[in-house]
Amino acid sequence: MSKRPLVGVLALQGDFREHATSLSEAGAEVTEIRHAENLKNIQGLIIPGGESTAIARLLIAYNLTDPIRRHIEQGLPTWGTCAGAILLAKNAPDLDRPTISVMNITVQRNAFGPQINSFEENIYVNGISGLPIKAILIRAPIISDTGPEVSILGKLSDGSIVAVKENNLLATSFHPELTNDSRMHGLFVDMTRQYS
Amino acid sequence: MSANSSSENNSSTGTWTVKSGLAQMLKGGVIMDVVTAQQAEVAQESGAVAVMALERVPSDIRKDGGVARMSHVKLIKEIQASVSIPVMAKARIGHFVEAQILESLGVDYIDESEVLTVADEDNHIDKSNFAVPFVCGARNLGEALRRISEGAAMIRTKGEAGTGDIVEAVRHLRTINGEIRKLSSMLKDELFTAAKNLQVPIELLTTVADTGKLPVVNFSAGGVASPADAALMMQLGAEGVFVGSGIFKSAADITNETDRLNQQKAMATAIVKAVTYYEDPRILAEVSEAIPDNAMRGLSVAQLPSEELMAGRGN
Repeated sequence: MSKRPLVGVLALQGDFREHATSLSEAGAEVTEIRHAENLKNIQGLIIPGGESTAIARLLIAYNLTDPIRRHIEQGLPTWGTCAGAILLAKNAPDLDRPTISVMNITVQRNAFGPQINSFEENIYVNGISGLPIKAILIRAPIISDTGPEVSILGKLSDGSIVAVKENNLLATSFHPELTNDSRMHGLFVDMTRQYS
Repeated sequence: MSANSSSENNSSTGTWTVKSGLAQMLKGGVIMDVVTAQQAEVAQESGAVAVMALERVPSDIRKDGGVARMSHVKLIKEIQASVSIPVMAKARIGHFVEAQILESLGVDYIDESEVLTVADEDNHIDKSNFAVPFVCGARNLGEALRRISEGAAMIRTKGEAGTGDIVEAVRHLRTINGEIRKLSSMLKDELFTAAKNLQVPIELLTTVADTGKLPVVNFSAGGVASPADAALMMQLGAEGVFVGSGIFKSAADITNETDRLNQQKAMATAIVKAVTYYEDPRILAEVSEAIPDNAMRGLSVAQLPSEELMAGRGN
């Protein structure tokens, strides 16, 4: 078995501990990121679920936006779930403070309305073999438009795009970290192994 | 509405994962009581993860007396229209019709709250019947697990709302966490007795004993009035904080409304930062310097007559 890659989880707000647990199961070492200097030596980064407005303000207040963007532009594999996907998107029209904005996708925040419309659905994701993934969508965003370099990995039964990949970037509208199934984290850990 | 599934696209709303999952997303964040759309905007601007739409903050409920009910529907709608973050609202303990109304308004979380006047002295709402998730207050492990059995998808320790005195919040969180630590060392036959004494299902109690934590997210509430208070609760094991009167009752002596809101925004922002960097005294000192010098005056719980305490309601 190859060496366990060191993956950072942005730990400003949201369900970063659940990501850490899933990452460990998928074969990574985990470190929490609260300051720019924590980004040193990581081979991958997860921006977790949470409130995108709250995380955006903390990214700005503690000068994390530019360092994260720089690492991503140098090839750091980075995965955003839900709020994380919103923060990675170049175009998120209903987020008042654009921050990281590196991925060629348009994300519509809170696309299904209030919490009573939040749901779970089994979907197939390109690159994940076997049983479908249980996609948990909580006040979730959808990916309403994608650039030419972006590949679509998963859609809901209504056609909404909920999982995409663009080079070193991965974005999902749903929360694999809330399930015991660590296959999506495995897919991401494989991406980090190709980066040194 | 209960959990709903459609066989055509195998998608289900109102499931336990979805209801308890929203609380997971709020972790490490601050939920702020607001009484106007303008305060809601200030809360969102400061980095709140959700707002609690109220007609009166607890300290005013305390002062005004009378019956405290669900907030006016018009106010809830105004607040919903003013922010993109989740909006919570309170229903009286046992008042399932207030809860039905709040659910139909599309409120994101319902707080079945001891801060309002109790509607049913014997029964809480059967929360498993709703697609909208509920948060409930608890002073000890028995209360927390009874609320979870009734369907609560999130717990907050009660503290003593509207006082700005952290002493009860500390007591309740230490009590729950201490009781959980004791469970973890119990033998199986002792767990049966513990379940009997706490009046909770043995299956739920066994899960807590095995995992060493509640099966839902646990926030702290009732008395947080400074960044230091918020960080104290986080270091004691809270997963986030509710702040009521502590923000929009600070700087109360400033008469100019814009100046006052700016000061309150400084308090809100400082508490948000304190909850993220709760283990970093250097940052805590920095954010504590930025708060208004006229924090909420507060009431010492030790000096309150027992009939004015809210935490004992609904056990």
